[in-house]
Amino acid sequence: MKFLAITTALTLTATTALAGGHACYEGKTITEGKLTVATGNPAYFPWVMDDNPQSGMGFEAAVAYAVAEEMGLAAEDVVWVRTSFDEAIQPGAKNFDVNIQQYSITAERDMMVDFSAPYYSAAMAVLAVGPASSTPAELGALRDLQWGAVGTTTAVPKLLETIEPTSQPLLYGDNADVTAAMQAGQIDAALFDLPTALFLSAVVIEDSQVIGQFPADRTEIPDQFGMLMEEGNALKECVDAALAAITESGQLADIEAQWLQDTTGVPLIAE
Amino acid sequence: MALADEGARRGQKLPRTRRQIYEDRIRRRSLLIAGASTAAVFAAIIVLVPMAPGWEKVARSFFNGDVFARTFPGLLDAFLQNLMIFAWSAPLIAVLGLGVALMRDARSPVLFPLRIFGAAYTDVFRGLPVILTVYLIGFGIPGLGLPRPWNSPYIWGTVALVLTYSAYVAEIFRGGIESVHTSQRAAAQSLGLSDRDTMRYVILPQAIRRVIPAQMNMLIALQKDVALLSFIGPVEIFRQAGVYKSLLANFTPYVGAALIFLAITIPATRYADYLISKQARERS
Repeated sequence: MKFLAITTALTLTATTALAGGHACYEGKTITEGKLTVATGNPAYFPWVMDDNPQSGMGFEAAVAYAVAEEMGLAAEDVVWVRTSFDEAIQPGAKNFDVNIQQYSITAERDMMVDFSAPYYSAAMAVLAVGPASSTPAELGALRDLQWGAVGTTTAVPKLLETIEPTSQPLLYGDNADVTAAMQAGQIDAALFDLPTALFLSAVVIEDSQVIGQFPADRTEIPDQFGMLMEEGNALKECVDAALAAITESGQLADIEAQWLQDTTGVPLIAE
Repeated sequence: MALADEGARRGQKLPRTRRQIYEDRIRRRSLLIAGASTAAVFAAIIVLVPMAPGWEKVARSFFNGDVFARTFPGLLDAFLQNLMIFAWSAPLIAVLGLGVALMRDARSPVLFPLRIFGAAYTDVFRGLPVILTVYLIGFGIPGLGLPRPWNSPYIWGTVALVLTYSAYVAEIFRGGIESVHTSQRAAAQSLGLSDRDTMRYVILPQAIRRVIPAQMNMLIALQKDVALLSFIGPVEIFRQAGVYKSLLANFTPYVGAALIFLAITIPATRYADYLISKQARERS
């Protein structure tokens, strides 16, 4: 598989070189001939398996390699680095070309940084623990739970605007802290993107259940994940073209089916 | 008193002495120099910083007027949480801190376990970073299976702050108690006061008065550290600023939060400084 990818990439590069053309990325990456991709620290399942993006295992790792290949870069030319959200948005020189870690594209964020075309449309899902896990998937019943969420995600406005909880939600720094609060019984339920919620319920939090998901059209902020780039990054058109190509060819759908296949079958939340 | 001053007091105009004219000239000169150098420094900052290549991006990310106006009211709202947590933590810390200080001062052999406990307590809680205590207590104790509302992060976050800060406060109280000369204890006892009454009527009133400026500084530190509770769930000003930051991909809300903190802590530090210098004057 890897051999195949390398051969394809080499052939591609050779073809473009023979044709006398230049690959789109040339002169636009921070290290010439390499694509530096950032992910989270740690990177979570099922986006990156075992916190090891180099393996190409996990949805986002696979997408990154597919995009690189489509741009004409071999697998060895993909360099991984780690960043926090703050490092991704702070002004000044970046240590990555693209940053892929479930960044929801929003108009406000787009004013400060650039996003690629979306590579995944995430449904938001409700994960509930303990007695709350038998709550019916209806807004009225969900409102009275004690809510939590990761404070740095678009789950927060979603929670406040769609569910309108009766008590003030508690907000945490990352998934691990929300998990700890659930295990300590401090919150009944939390909002995650659906694949993360399924993973947490199956593997991490005992006695928990994904009780429902929000249909993508219900939300005012459609949760589409994009690769984050520095504002005005010239590489954006190459990444967008590569994403368009792998969407067109069905490769993106294949990757999604491979890593996020279990995301169907969760009931929709009713008004 | 100089002749001219005496004249001014009586409402008469006397010619200024050569000495006074000389001193006035020196004073004017130093005022001018101080003013000019301050203006030069400010001008240099205002002119040079925006010349840095990244300034425009920094200004957009940290000093964004639109973002500031949009988020400031929400930040002020969230700051009420900080004030509330502070308001109920501070008295608890004062009481527990004083209690631990008294334990460490226990002199009767029977009370030796109390001394050990006091020493161990201050060692442990002064030795741990506050954030670590907040994490361990905030998630750990509710994890034991306490029912609601007894597993609330407000309760256990407050407990973590109280434990940490009373260790510091206890040490300050102990310093104050030990600063009262032993001869006063001896004198009180020779008058027939019990150990308890000696502490209550002779030592503590002096000790507490002496440590007020130092405790004022602890109060300011506590006010700032309330923000650490955001790590275990409560949405106070620091977390609220973080939420705005991530939604808007802009750091300006943190600048807003910093301004709100400063509006409280600068007057408080000035007051602490005033207390310290007042005490220094009284002692000299």
